[in-house]
Amino acid sequence: MHLFLFLLFGSICAGAAVNLLIQRKTINSALSLIVVMGSLALLYLLLGAEFVAVVQVIIYAGAIMVLYIFVIMLLNAGDEEQSKGSNVAKIFGIPSLFAGGIIGIWVLLQHRPAEKPISIGALYGPADQVGMMLFTKYLLAFEVTSILVLIAIMGAVVLARRSHTS
Amino acid sequence: MIPISYYLLLSAFLFACGVTGFLIKRNIITIFMSIELMLNGVNLSFIAFATRLGTLDGHIFVFFVMVVAAAEAAVGLAIIISVYRTRETLNVDRVNLLKL
Repeated sequence: MHLFLFLLFGSICAGAAVNLLIQRKTINSALSLIVVMGSLALLYLLLGAEFVAVVQVIIYAGAIMVLYIFVIMLLNAGDEEQSKGSNVAKIFGIPSLFAGGIIGIWVLLQHRPAEKPISIGALYGPADQVGMMLFTKYLLAFEVTSILVLIAIMGAVVLARRSHTS
Repeated sequence: MIPISYYLLLSAFLFACGVTGFLIKRNIITIFMSIELMLNGVNLSFIAFATRLGTLDGHIFVFFVMVVAAAEAAVGLAIIISVYRTRETLNVDRVNLLKL
């Protein structure tokens, strides 16, 4: 059951990631990125990371991607312009891609660690336990994060403001 | 019951897709989305290793990565809007003022 669900959501995730690369329109890439994030949230649920899955849907697939799509529509981003590709990339890139893949598979087969399989929801991470850890062990990092977000807000406002000098 | 390496392989694949998109794409917004894809791949391996080690620390790290990604998206998209205002293009090949 776990294998079936993993293969289902994992193939959706990988297919959408490849689709992000091959689409020419920016909005189609953004929509396939939303599919990647949604299927990743389901994979997190399979691993038992309940809090992270919900935050993934709310922040990533909700807030961040809405911001992206907003900017795409604001700037009227249509088809991507084709630039002339260099032949060096084709001559060296494709063989080295195959070589890297073969080396990776060989290393994985040679050095296979003794790993015990995990079941669905092996490590349950509900919001109360994660929050308790966040406000005790990682309190300093959490407070520094608030400063980061504050600076990011001010930076976004300053950068996106229309300058009055010109 | 599946081994944890399946999740790590998917995570590596997502990261590789992100790197490829970062290198081959010409649209600045798509390049930004490739960075988000890389961050998502890393997040998946954080969760997988947290499950393997049996501690919740990986979940906290994913939370912090998400906060940084949100801050980065806000500032980066503001920069993209600013670049579009001054140069009227989203193609990174045409933003070459600093190029020799």
